[in-house]
Amino acid sequence: MTLNLTNTAKTYGDGTKALLPTSLNVDTGEIVSLLGPSGCGKTTLLRIIAGLETPDLGGKIWFDSDDVTDLPVERRQVGMVFQSYALFPNMSVRANIGYGLKMQKLPKSDIEARVSEVLEMCQLNDYSQRAVTALSGGQRQRVALARAIAPRPRLLLLDEPLSALDAALRETLRDELAILLRKFNITAIFVTHDQNEAMAIADRVAVMSEGEIVQSGTPEELYRNPNSTFVAGFVGSAMHLAGKINGSKLTLVGGELLLPSDGTGCEAFVRAENIQINKNGPLSGFVDAVTFLGTHYRVGVSGVVSETITSIFSGTKVPKLGEKVRLSVEPQSILLLPSKAQK
Amino acid sequence: MTNKTFVLTCLTPLLIFSLAFLAFPLVRLFLSSVEGDSGWAVYLDIIRKPRYLNTLVLTVLVSLATTFAALAVSTTAGMFLSRNKFRGRNILLSILTLPLAFPGVVIGFLIILLGGRQGLINQITPGHVVFAYSVIGLFLGYLYFSIPRVLLTVMAAAEKLDPALEEAARTLGANPLRVVIDVILPGLMPSLIASGAIAFATAMGAFGTAFTLATNIDVIPMVIYTEFTLSANIAMAAALSIVLGVVTWILLLIARSLSGTTVAAGG
Repeated sequence: MTLNLTNTAKTYGDGTKALLPTSLNVDTGEIVSLLGPSGCGKTTLLRIIAGLETPDLGGKIWFDSDDVTDLPVERRQVGMVFQSYALFPNMSVRANIGYGLKMQKLPKSDIEARVSEVLEMCQLNDYSQRAVTALSGGQRQRVALARAIAPRPRLLLLDEPLSALDAALRETLRDELAILLRKFNITAIFVTHDQNEAMAIADRVAVMSEGEIVQSGTPEELYRNPNSTFVAGFVGSAMHLAGKINGSKLTLVGGELLLPSDGTGCEAFVRAENIQINKNGPLSGFVDAVTFLGTHYRVGVSGVVSETITSIFSGTKVPKLGEKVRLSVEPQSILLLPSKAQK
Repeated sequence: MTNKTFVLTCLTPLLIFSLAFLAFPLVRLFLSSVEGDSGWAVYLDIIRKPRYLNTLVLTVLVSLATTFAALAVSTTAGMFLSRNKFRGRNILLSILTLPLAFPGVVIGFLIILLGGRQGLINQITPGHVVFAYSVIGLFLGYLYFSIPRVLLTVMAAAEKLDPALEEAARTLGANPLRVVIDVILPGLMPSLIASGAIAFATAMGAFGTAFTLATNIDVIPMVIYTEFTLSANIAMAAALSIVLGVVTWILLLIARSLSGTTVAAGG
């Protein structure tokens, strides 16, 4: 199913604009992630698509060629996975998963067959008779997912489906979720504030900030060609090289750098993995933090710009705290973005 | 002093109190019921004599009706009041809980003012509409003082319901009625049972309201009073008291065990 959303906005009673007029297209089978910091309107947008919030007048929501703008949530045929999972505590795992099918008034045998199929798909066979209160976080998440897809919804919506889990489990389940979503072969939208989650799961990421979609594209596009300082900072945590730009030359506190092109009216950003510790580098600073992360070190260097910048160091001879180091940055890896003032 | 003896020492006041004011009077009550002229047959009399049996049945029926009506009224009102914030909400809430402060006599008086011979309804309607002294008056009086007891408990429970559960049910295709049946009522069930039990027990034992209203009808607490003070039939008064206690206790036990399965699953 394709989702088409035009001019959809949400203003609350007290005048707060949760969502500015937004358009969004999602193709059949596409998995789109809405990524942004908390309060950026991503959950509001998801809830509008689900029908749990009504958009301001003028907004239109289309599922294929059906206008669902005024359709109540129970008739939109969407599957939703909630942040808290919202499993019905008074029902078993089986009853939870079969609930949507029961609401469709399907014959009992059909419900049983579909529930078994979904249990199998989500590897929940061993837990089918359990009370949902006796499940672990990861199992609950899969039950919530199974319950949402059992009635074969037109669209699957996931609201921060991994944020209730602890960090170690989150990473495993992230990959599992990516595989499951592709196995279901369903159009899906999922909301997250975690860029790693968005990039691992989604075909396309829509980055949101302050109530609007700032940029939408594949994870690679967003990472390599961010269109704004916000996207550069939020996706891949690019660091601002605050200095004076003169033509294609950037003057920083700790030295001078060449830019890939004329940078007038722009700001320069760089990612940690593009900063090399290099004894012939043009920048100099002092090491003020070293963090060992197994495969590499993160080295914090102060004195290059006003804030500490981070470099990824994968050698073994890591510089010591307080040591003076020289850094180099390839001109091609510097991101030149229009400065905020101009936007 | 070991931990165990310390706990026992702390429990001593409770033990003394329970013995002196609960266990001892109950035993004495039971003994007085069989010490009368007819001995154990006093209990048979309750079943055999229509006056006693009918009163008992009526008391139970009025109390049950009160309980269910109070649950229905208070659950809807409680859900509404906990979900909606509006001007005057707190004033409305304090009016709804006002009956808690009134003794039963005042409530009976209010019902007479409404449905008695000089009552409001009799004055504004053309016919002769007097219901204060009947089962209806009794039911209304009991309902009036049961509502706040249930309302406050339901509101506390309603605020704890997870709104995501209702939204989940709706995205799965449940209409609003199904949401009430499948999500809201199971979520409220423990507090409905607790407050329903209180409403039922209070109605079974209510005296003041019945004393003011019950001219044409009798409820068990009234019969106990008349047997005790007017007829000086202490054995029968004691036996009726015991029966009242036992019947209330059994019905509450049944309610609890019936709901036990739902509550356990509601976790």
